[in-house]
Amino acid sequence: MASTMLSLASTTPSASLSTQEILKGKVRLGSGRVGTLLNKEKGNPFIKAKSFGRISMTAAVNVSRFEGVAMAPPDPILGVSEAFRADTDVKKLNLGVGAYRTEELQPYVLDVVKKAENLMLERGENKEYLAIEGLAAFNKATAELLFGADNPVIKQQRVATVQGLSGTGSLRLAAAFIERYFPGAQVLISSPTWGNHKNIFNDARVPWSEYRYYDPKTVGLDFEGMISDIKAAPEGSFVLLHGCAHNPTGIDPTPEQWEKISDVIQEKNHIPFFDVAYQGFASGSLDADASSVRLFAARGMELFIAQSYSKNLGLYAERIGAINVVCSSADAAARVKSQLKRIARPMYSNPPVHGARIVANVVGDPALFNEWKAEMEMMAGRIKNVRQKLFDSLSAKDKSGKDWSFILKQIGMFSFTGLNKTQSENMTYKWHVYLTKDGRISLAGLSLAKCEYLADAIIDSYHNVS
Amino acid sequence: MDSSSVFANIVRAPEDAILGVTVAYNKDSSPDKLNLGVGAYRTEEGKPLVLKVVRRAEQMLVNDNSRVKEYLPIVGLADFNKLSAKLIFGADSPAIQENRVTTVQCLSGTGSLRVGAEFLARHYHQLTIYIPNPTWGNHTKIFGLAGLSVKAYRYYDPATRGLDFQGLLEDLGAAPSGSIVLLHACAHNPTGVDPTIEQWEQIRQLMRSKGLLPFFDSAYQGFASGNLDADAGSVRMFVADGGECLAAQSYAKNMGLYGERVGALSIVCKTADVASRVESQVKLVIRPMYSNPPIHGASIVATILKDRDMYNEWTVELKAMADRIISMRQQLFDSLSARGTPGDWSHIIKQIGMFTFTGLNTKQVAFMTKEYHIYMTSDGRISMAGLSSRTVPHLTEAIHAAVTRVG
Repeated sequence: MASTMLSLASTTPSASLSTQEILKGKVRLGSGRVGTLLNKEKGNPFIKAKSFGRISMTAAVNVSRFEGVAMAPPDPILGVSEAFRADTDVKKLNLGVGAYRTEELQPYVLDVVKKAENLMLERGENKEYLAIEGLAAFNKATAELLFGADNPVIKQQRVATVQGLSGTGSLRLAAAFIERYFPGAQVLISSPTWGNHKNIFNDARVPWSEYRYYDPKTVGLDFEGMISDIKAAPEGSFVLLHGCAHNPTGIDPTPEQWEKISDVIQEKNHIPFFDVAYQGFASGSLDADASSVRLFAARGMELFIAQSYSKNLGLYAERIGAINVVCSSADAAARVKSQLKRIARPMYSNPPVHGARIVANVVGDPALFNEWKAEMEMMAGRIKNVRQKLFDSLSAKDKSGKDWSFILKQIGMFSFTGLNKTQSENMTYKWHVYLTKDGRISLAGLSLAKCEYLADAIIDSYHNVS
Repeated sequence: MDSSSVFANIVRAPEDAILGVTVAYNKDSSPDKLNLGVGAYRTEEGKPLVLKVVRRAEQMLVNDNSRVKEYLPIVGLADFNKLSAKLIFGADSPAIQENRVTTVQCLSGTGSLRVGAEFLARHYHQLTIYIPNPTWGNHTKIFGLAGLSVKAYRYYDPATRGLDFQGLLEDLGAAPSGSIVLLHACAHNPTGVDPTIEQWEQIRQLMRSKGLLPFFDSAYQGFASGNLDADAGSVRMFVADGGECLAAQSYAKNMGLYGERVGALSIVCKTADVASRVESQVKLVIRPMYSNPPIHGASIVATILKDRDMYNEWTVELKAMADRIISMRQQLFDSLSARGTPGDWSHIIKQIGMFTFTGLNTKQVAFMTKEYHIYMTSDGRISMAGLSSRTVPHLTEAIHAAVTRVG
């Protein structure tokens, strides 16, 4: 307790000050520093004050208003990295969070990004507020990347594009929009899906249910289950689809399967909602990775697409993405865009400029754009190489005849190993390999050099632990 | 093409009232046009300003090859959070020393207010927030969407163009115990009318006696008076009594980082244990909203705040901005006096911060826009940051005409 205790002369904690008493200046604040501060000069009233020392008012509340707040559990995905950091074993391997690593297992800032940032600095651009919908040059570039600049949806101005805070923020804008304009409509999400999807829809108060997706027996797609569940959902539901490189399984529908998925969605008047976090990063080709989205758009459907530049441009911490809504008319797109803005304004007013400018600069300059494509091919290529090496190591070391080819069939940063919770724990506690409890490994965190070690760990966990 | 759209019933939203002013301004082709709408600082030449120290910090960051763009933690950049807390509460604040403050990086002032409001809506027992009348246009929507019920307390007195202190005390006195109260830390937006120290002290006593929870919006620290400590005085007064409060900080104006969206939410709690539990719950609000905050602006702020020379450079540039605004106030007042414009215009020099509540009514405002191409919000708020010595005469003429010719 501080030694300076000021008690209010005419009050006790239980008696509230009457307005009259205050106005008549009956409250005497005693001697000490506070008295010297009460000068009547206007302008800089606090400048003449000495810093406030510890003043304990007996009228202060003694118990926290937040005493009843419970400690929240740690985020399951981010918690893996924290545990990894605490591990002192030299063999430790972090296959938890989905951020790209080089062969040396270092974070990677793309060369084109550094070039773009230097250009931006040289130009000396200002830091004025962006419009609520974000940087116009970015919005144009991002829609064109997604659909192709010649796509009718773009030429007919039928896409409402609003810059968002990477994938999460863009999904959240869409979720809030759905809650407001499609009350009662539910979102169908794959089982499994990225852990944060449920949180986003929960916080936005949008009901959700799951459609079958992962088949543990085949370590592949439960296509019949998926179609059946989408068909069974109430008409006009939103169907959340991963554009490519499904997270966490790495299992994508084939082009034929996408056609059938599109058929059933149209049949039921559902609204497709794509999460595109890996365009260009999955196969190495921007166009190939957008083919699912373009297929749906070509059918004249209205759809939502959330984009992220975290992985494909390595802009994780800059939080740059977009929500796109393809509408049946330019007028509808304009109206939808205006309402998306109304959701963004009371959330964060307008989005951050830095990441948006980097994307706009890279995409807008032909030389930088080509360089970007090369770097993206390099990143996707490294992951494919690592998949191959892991597959080769597993096949060579595992004498059981188990088919490990799913590693090669899966695509993108993540692989669903098929390991269950206990087996995954064995990976961590015995082998110091960190992964999420659902058996998901991030290949971006694997180097060629460590493939053999990982193969040993997987084989041991799969065969010797149940 | 199926002509029935699922979006058929969605109407076009009107332009945001404040930002819509700039939209209208941009469409105007008159060479005399003047934008006194949105609150972004302009130089004497009418240009946006990037602080020299900000450029320097940015250069350092871009040149540093060891820097990466990995995800920040959900609560943001640790250095930035610590330095922001020290900036607003004072480096020697016992609350900080006792680890009773949780500070999380958010998206400027708006983001900090929204995250704080969402947290309160989930974990606080009294879901009503009292906001001053008038207040920044976005406040009501932020709190409403977060799930709080919004009520007003009297604040501005049109008769005196000053503070309706009696009304303020009556309304807060009548508020249910435990209610949340939004307080503008300094440079009230849109009126520019701030309580005196004595009035702040009385507000504090009243609020503490009723267990009202203060939620400070601090968007102009250092920008109002030119002095960082002075502009944080109201916040520090509340923290000094050992009680709890929330504070939303923005670096949009005082560091000119508008578009970078840098800010922080601080929650001052009774104990370190409570603060740590509160922080864990705030993270649950943030993760499904945008996962983690943007790195660039926060890195610039941290770079400046942690370096003694850069910090001093910043305070000099900050004071220059504040001084220019104070000088614009004086010039406008002198000009109206010299012109003999009817009315008492002393509120122009009594009010503080970026904005002046002129007292002009909507008809007069519309007249000024139509005849003189002067853009401001319809409540008569003008941004002094948008004025220059060169444009003061034009504004004077417009006000004079509006006051003498329009009712």
